[in-house]
Amino acid sequence: MDSELTAWALAAAQALLFIAAAPLLAGWVQRVKCHAQNRAAPAVWQPYRNLAKLLRKKMLLAENASWLFRAVPYIVFGAMLLAAAVVPLIAVNLPSAAIADMIVLVAFFALARFFTALAGLDIGTAFGGMGASREMMVSALAEPAMLMAVFTLSMTASTTNLSVATGYVLQSGLVLRPSFLFALLALTMVAVAETSRVPVDNPATHLELTMLHEAMILEYGGRHLALIEWASQIKLMIYSVLIVDFFFPWGIATGFSAAALAVGALAVAAKLMLLAVILVVWETVLAKMRLFRVPQFLGFAFMLSLLAMLTHVVLETGG
Amino acid sequence: MGVANLGLYNQAIILFAALALFTSFIMLAQGRMMPLIFTFAWQGLLLAVVSVLVAIVSKHPELYVSAALTFTLKVVLIPWLLYRLSVQLNMQYDAEAIEHPTLLLLGGVALVIFSYFVAQSIVHLSGLATRNTIAVSIAIELLGMLLMCVRKSAVAQVIGFMSMESGIFFAAVVSTYGMPLVVELGVAFDILVAAILFGVFFFHLRDSFGSLNVGQFNRLSEANQPMPLRDAAGEHSSGGPHPPGEPS
Repeated sequence: MDSELTAWALAAAQALLFIAAAPLLAGWVQRVKCHAQNRAAPAVWQPYRNLAKLLRKKMLLAENASWLFRAVPYIVFGAMLLAAAVVPLIAVNLPSAAIADMIVLVAFFALARFFTALAGLDIGTAFGGMGASREMMVSALAEPAMLMAVFTLSMTASTTNLSVATGYVLQSGLVLRPSFLFALLALTMVAVAETSRVPVDNPATHLELTMLHEAMILEYGGRHLALIEWASQIKLMIYSVLIVDFFFPWGIATGFSAAALAVGALAVAAKLMLLAVILVVWETVLAKMRLFRVPQFLGFAFMLSLLAMLTHVVLETGG
Repeated sequence: MGVANLGLYNQAIILFAALALFTSFIMLAQGRMMPLIFTFAWQGLLLAVVSVLVAIVSKHPELYVSAALTFTLKVVLIPWLLYRLSVQLNMQYDAEAIEHPTLLLLGGVALVIFSYFVAQSIVHLSGLATRNTIAVSIAIELLGMLLMCVRKSAVAQVIGFMSMESGIFFAAVVSTYGMPLVVELGVAFDILVAAILFGVFFFHLRDSFGSLNVGQFNRLSEANQPMPLRDAAGEHSSGGPHPPGEPS
């Protein structure tokens, strides 16, 4: 009974750490990106300052905003919070992993996206509707690719539970699995599209015509904008942690001793910092694509995840 | 038998075989000329690595010879010949618009499933450690054929043809640990001669049709553009033979 209580407390602490660390990851990405592009870099905690400023600001709502528009930031943030509670950050075998499996995780993302698109349409401005339709186009293509990549992993691990799958990869040691390589590539491409990073969308753009995600939330301000921005930082963090967990889980804590947890935290921090550097290189090297090239990009991601599943069936289990 | 129970070399064979399959898909999706040639060279390199690994695992030293043959032909000589040709024909920056790229890739995936289905019966009979990769070798052949079917550019079709040959070679390596050395040398020599002949053909094709797009080869040049060609033929009639049907 007592150990169960500790486990739940740890799970809650991990979820809180997850959402607290998300702006830090975004700040780190921003800082490395500025260095890579020879610009003066802001401090790593600049996202925290931005969030604090937005939370203090006075709320301004459009006159024709319905209850939906006001509810959406909380729905989006809640969905991301639940999703963050499921993903193992520093320890596996936590009881919170039983809340949801990988498919429900994808559904949390879909829920948040659906309501963001509705909010974009709610005010009735041109940019909101345009952003909503573009976001839906991207997500309709990205979601099958993501699901196929996730299915490949769950076929290998014989489970759809995130924590158990991570534990399986950790336990089987270094096995050269081509399906994992393809699934990693596919998941990275999907993550780039879903977190609105460069080849698909530019998160720092000020040009409304080229926006995808930002166009939907142009009408938000104050506390609502803070929640939505925080939610998108958590989303970036969730995708990064998923990639790290599935493909490079080494170092994550399997027991609840203090030493194991410290090693897990250090390992995940190092891996996320490295992943952010790779993301920055990717964003600096590539230019944003035309919108109508995006289906081809995501079609390739879908093909990769399909190939991952096929190589799993053909090469890794046959005989 | 799961992949986790295999030794490291066998895992590496599976990994490189899957990567070779992946390069076939990249070739399908790649419309530009130079990257297409380089991807073909990468595929050759991966197959050479697989042959070396199979040689180590199966202790068949003659496979080193076929790996060396693959390397010299498919990684160095043929890509270099194709590269030089496309520089000479001034088409190294040409890009071909691929129709329905996503549909094409899904068709490739369907071919992989088909070859898995076909290879099942062989896999059950074989006792080799590399038997799972037979399906991949058949898939590389079929994807090379698909590349030949969908592309209009003659160079891309030649690459599809060479890729089919790579698939056959790969099938021989993984299903029977290689063909007899005489056969392999003969095939390698044939491929080299074919590459040189294709080069000669490219120049002839460009001279007679003005392009390497096979979609234009089935039209008669007079029917295509009647007036300007007749004028041009009149000016240069002393040199070349008369086109059939024209009164001499």
